[in-house]
Amino acid sequence: MTLTTDSAADAVAPATSGQLATFRLDGDLYGVEVAHVQEVLRSQQLTRVPLAPSAVAGLINLRGQVVTAIELRERLGRPARPEGTDAVVIVVRLDGEAVSLLVDSIADVVDVDAADFEAPPDTLEGPARDLIRGAYKLDGSLLLALDVHKAVSA
Amino acid sequence: MDGLDDIVEEFLVESHENLDQLDSDLVALEQEPNSRERLSSIFRTIHTIKGTSGFLAFNRLEEVTHVGENMLSRLRDGELALTPHRTTVLLQMVDTVRALLASIEASGGEGSVDVSAAVAAVTAAMEDAPAPAAAPVEATVEAPAEPVAAATATTTATTTATKPAAKPAAKTAPKTAAKAPAKRAPRGKAAVPAPAPVPADELIEDVTTPVPEIRSEEPTPEPTPDPALDATPDAPEQEAPAAEGTGGQPRRAVADSTIRVDVDLLDELMLLVGELVLTRNQIVQNVARQTDTDLIRASQRLNLIASELQEGVMKTRMQPIDHIWSKLPRVVRDLGANLKKSIRLEMEGRETELDKTLLEAVKDPLTHLVRNSVDHGIEAPEARKKVGKPAEGVLTLRARHESGQVVVEVADDGAGIDPQKVGAKAVERGVVTPEALARMSPQDILQMIFLPGFSTAAAVTNVSGRGVGMDVVKTNIESIGGTIEVESDPGIGTVCRLRIPLTLAIVPALTVECASDRYAIPQISLQELVSLDAEKAANAVEEVGGAQVYRLRGELLPLVRLTDVLGLTSERHDGHVVIAVLRSEGRRFGLVVDRVINTEEIVVKAVGGQLKQIGLYSGATVLGDGTVALILDVQALARRALRTETAERQESRASVSSAAAAETERQRMLLASIGGGRRVAIPLDTVTRLEQVRADAVEKVGNREVVQYRGAILPIVRLDRHLGAYGESDREVLEVIVYADSGRSVAIVVEEILDIVDGEAAVRSDIDDLGLLGSAVLGDRVTELLDVRAAILAADPAFYAGHAASSPDPATPAGVPGSYLEV
Repeated sequence: MTLTTDSAADAVAPATSGQLATFRLDGDLYGVEVAHVQEVLRSQQLTRVPLAPSAVAGLINLRGQVVTAIELRERLGRPARPEGTDAVVIVVRLDGEAVSLLVDSIADVVDVDAADFEAPPDTLEGPARDLIRGAYKLDGSLLLALDVHKAVSA
Repeated sequence: MDGLDDIVEEFLVESHENLDQLDSDLVALEQEPNSRERLSSIFRTIHTIKGTSGFLAFNRLEEVTHVGENMLSRLRDGELALTPHRTTVLLQMVDTVRALLASIEASGGEGSVDVSAAVAAVTAAMEDAPAPAAAPVEATVEAPAEPVAAATATTTATTTATKPAAKPAAKTAPKTAAKAPAKRAPRGKAAVPAPAPVPADELIEDVTTPVPEIRSEEPTPEPTPDPALDATPDAPEQEAPAAEGTGGQPRRAVADSTIRVDVDLLDELMLLVGELVLTRNQIVQNVARQTDTDLIRASQRLNLIASELQEGVMKTRMQPIDHIWSKLPRVVRDLGANLKKSIRLEMEGRETELDKTLLEAVKDPLTHLVRNSVDHGIEAPEARKKVGKPAEGVLTLRARHESGQVVVEVADDGAGIDPQKVGAKAVERGVVTPEALARMSPQDILQMIFLPGFSTAAAVTNVSGRGVGMDVVKTNIESIGGTIEVESDPGIGTVCRLRIPLTLAIVPALTVECASDRYAIPQISLQELVSLDAEKAANAVEEVGGAQVYRLRGELLPLVRLTDVLGLTSERHDGHVVIAVLRSEGRRFGLVVDRVINTEEIVVKAVGGQLKQIGLYSGATVLGDGTVALILDVQALARRALRTETAERQESRASVSSAAAAETERQRMLLASIGGGRRVAIPLDTVTRLEQVRADAVEKVGNREVVQYRGAILPIVRLDRHLGAYGESDREVLEVIVYADSGRSVAIVVEEILDIVDGEAAVRSDIDDLGLLGSAVLGDRVTELLDVRAAILAADPAFYAGHAASSPDPATPAGVPGSYLEV
């Protein structure tokens, strides 16, 4: 089952086999390529950046390195995270630069099979359409594959 | 070494390194004689030394490397085969080069080192087919005189002549010199006080002569180590007196006292030191809350050591500004000659050091500024004589450290920059509107020369004046976190002042709080801090047309609220006002923050692309407690805040009917009574002079009143009549306000001149009347604001006709008093 090994950078959503780090956001299950993920952190202290795009949640101090945090809920056009729940920070490394994504909670690393892949349904609308490469049909749930490059270019 | 030029010193360091490489290359070459690569490498080394020595006028060094290079190039090209003998002569050449370098290092000159034998040996080896080593070398000393004669006529001759005498001494001298440049070095100096001239050398040649002699005695000498060994016993005897003669203290040789380090490694170190500084800040902050004395002491030591380490690492990257200045005398001289100007270049503070990266970055801007001064600043000699200046212009470069920055000034005593010309040009180029220009101070106007596409040079020369330039200079300086401003006194000169941070990585900054977030302001832009308590703030912070200002020692300081710029809400409700007085592009403004936290050294971290685009932050940093703080880009902040405020003000003015009133509000006003208890305010800048005129001097022309004044006829308008406030008209002396423009003048008669006040605190009402712009409270009394234009037209309807284009309101149809349209 070795099909394409393209990364998410490819414009035509490729069906990829491999491992996805999965996380939950507003009830849905998303996944990013394990290779991009540098680390996962608990909620961090954020320094807000006035006048920044709304999806920029702020800056975090990652062991002395300043890393931009993207609020994925905002990016995907979902409602804001309920009061009192802390975000989980997924640090991804793209082109040598670390960026972090704020999600609801982290889930397992899942092996996906390109055969289960399907392009996003035509009914998917809004900002999410650009950011989701497609869905893997898992047993009992759908795993939405996030295009990390697009997601962080807020 | 003190006497050595930097260039020579650099050359020595480089050459010593190269020669070490050369030795091992040559020996390795014997093992694999056909390695084109090695030959090329050796060739390059010798070629480099030859090139530099020619440039530095070390003729003998050039000569010997030249033949070496010849041979090497033929070896490289396969015309010659490398034989052990040829290797030997090459090594011999290398030794000669070493001896020369040692002499240069010791005395600054080539000293008495003779090169003829090496040259001869190499030349012979090139001619000869491979032969037993001994014979040809013997030949080289005698025979070569001819082939090489052209190049080395004098030295060769001498060597041959003095050979017998030279032999004993020669045996050890050069090699020891080559082996241990440090200790032997002084000898060259003692023996040859005046190194360069050849005749002097000849006299001494027999005392210390060259390697080649030995070669001829020892047919197949070991390339390196042995001679040094057997030289040692006699060496001291020869050395001792000489060493004493030069003061005895052997100095550390150039090559031994310096080490070349990759700049990347230094960058890395700098980065680590930056991290260390951050960690130090965190520890010091935490320890301050502890009571453990040992811990406190340790943290103090850490504090100290980290600071010293930081300083030390920074120093490794520091170079004197002279590195880039040293090129400028030539630039000035050539350019001056080109333009037929005579210019003296003076430099102050050439030893001022700054970071190598920054030095590189200011090189071009600085050169540009200097060219600019020579080209446009300093006038031609005739023009200078005409205005009573010495024909020779003076261009002064100054550098100094000032509060953690390096200040570099390029000053000339030329014609200066005329703000009016700059202003006119700016309007012509559409850079600024005439209205905006009228509100700018001369200092602000001057800074417009840094705007893109701005050149005030009347003629485009091939030197400068193409309209690219000052804006590029400014961009470059700002890109390294520096600032630039220009000051000019027409007729006296111009000063361009650069402020450059000492280093890029770690900058001292002020941390402030705004809406419960912390921000860092680089101290390079900070001038002072002003803190006002609620009571004081209520009085001291005033409004001008909706914009807040603070009177700082009499000068109006526009205030920018950081919360407004950032779109946040201040959390300070007690009325206190904390103002950070910042300077940007020669302008000052006050940034209102919630509170000032402290000053600390911050390490600048890059921020992602999304945040760079906002254009308000130059980066981010991690503060002592681990939180991230944004670093404010003061230049961008000023540009954004000050411009938008100007734009807002202009908008509001357009919408308010009494447009000019808003303008007069901000100005200094002349207060005058016009009779009947009425007071008018006249913008002071429209007033040319205040005069007193005898009432009986008033004459009539038609139905207009005029007065003779300084040989001209001055039309008069009596303000009381103009505004319908009939006062007593039988005074003997009239108080007159003279207003002049473009050679025409009018006199405005008032009852009494009362005062001059700042008009900005005025409360204005729209109650107005013919000839007025409105009314305001000035000095606790309601004062009418005079429509000066209407008053002038009443006195002299043709006043603006002569220069309609430049009249304040070109849209006004001729003959229609402006007041009808404006009020």
